[in-house]
Amino acid sequence: MSVIIFTLIILIGSYFAGLLGSLTGLGGGFVIIPLLTLVLHVDIHYAIGASLVSVIATSSGSAAAYVREGITNIRLGMFLEIATTAGAMTGAILAVYIPTHYIAILLGVILIFSAIMSLRKKAEQIVEEPNKWALKLKLNSSYPTAQGTVNYSVNKVGGGFVMMIFAGILSGLLGIGSGALKVLAMDTIMRIPFKVSTTTSNFMIGVTAAASAVVYLQRGYIDPGISMPVVIGVLIGALSGSKILVHTQSSGWLRWVFAIVVTFLASQMIYNGIIGKI
Amino acid sequence: MAQKISFKDTDMQAVIGWVLRIGVIVSISIVFLGGIIFLYRHGHEIADHKKFVGIPDFIRTPGGIIDGVIGIRGQAIIQFGIILLIATPILRVIFSTIGFVLEKDRLYVCISLLVLLIIFVSTISGHAG
Repeated sequence: MSVIIFTLIILIGSYFAGLLGSLTGLGGGFVIIPLLTLVLHVDIHYAIGASLVSVIATSSGSAAAYVREGITNIRLGMFLEIATTAGAMTGAILAVYIPTHYIAILLGVILIFSAIMSLRKKAEQIVEEPNKWALKLKLNSSYPTAQGTVNYSVNKVGGGFVMMIFAGILSGLLGIGSGALKVLAMDTIMRIPFKVSTTTSNFMIGVTAAASAVVYLQRGYIDPGISMPVVIGVLIGALSGSKILVHTQSSGWLRWVFAIVVTFLASQMIYNGIIGKI
Repeated sequence: MAQKISFKDTDMQAVIGWVLRIGVIVSISIVFLGGIIFLYRHGHEIADHKKFVGIPDFIRTPGGIIDGVIGIRGQAIIQFGIILLIATPILRVIFSTIGFVLEKDRLYVCISLLVLLIIFVSTISGHAG
């Protein structure tokens, strides 16, 4: 395959990955690794590097919009970034010692988990019981809604922090944003309103990915020929996805389609990991 | 002081949003430009990424990348753009730190500095590995 054909295939694939990723909220880097490794037979190291770069682009791009709207809890994000960056650094260091077929299997498992997570119902929850640490760290905040400004409190700060270390390790190890785990930590443990947890998670993903990207960059995982079409494709896809989202509200069936596609790709990753092909 | 300078959370949101937006636009434009040059020169070669062999030697070091950018080499320009992209969220943390200093929020100045320290350590550890 010539370089130009290879680049075009990745560009188109990444565009759809970014589009679906932004429509379903799973993030664009998600199907990039299976696409590169299973379809184009790219070595998983390069796939992880390229995915990580695309994660930084989409997270930073969309965070720019969310931050201005005042939904993102910047203090909470900064505080939890201690956990995610430390985790990401650990994950990137661990990646050297873990055989690639285990990484493929683990990635498959996390993909399936995230696909299931994206299907569950999202009910807004507002908790207003004071938590000692949340008060000390000034984490309680408010966010704008159609009905006016809503105040909320943050619960179980310690538990959420520990979960974020775990999310960071997976992000560093697998080259994904692990947004699903971050949202899980903030949603179910810290009990933050869904809109805030989604945007704050997105806000943290860029820094988390950067903390492991600095390691991968020096190890030669980030190949310009592969990363270039991936990052451009995913970003343009994510941009058109966010444009569509403004016009159409419900995307229930789309979530299902994406979840099925992701689950299929994930089982392929697991299968190839087990037979040692990756 | 005749006039009190007050820096609020909303100001910080505006600055952070601006940093992220500019960072992404600039770095992706550079990647795009490098991509065109790379495809123009190497488009008809055979793509082979089946085995992990790292990246080409001339873009392994910062000095090599700068030389490559000056010499208008596609892969060096792409890599330069990617480094700027990776730097974007880190730059965002630096701007948040400045914001917290202006807000006189000492606790969060420390928290932001700690995040920067972790990223710094990570950079060093990658160099050794």
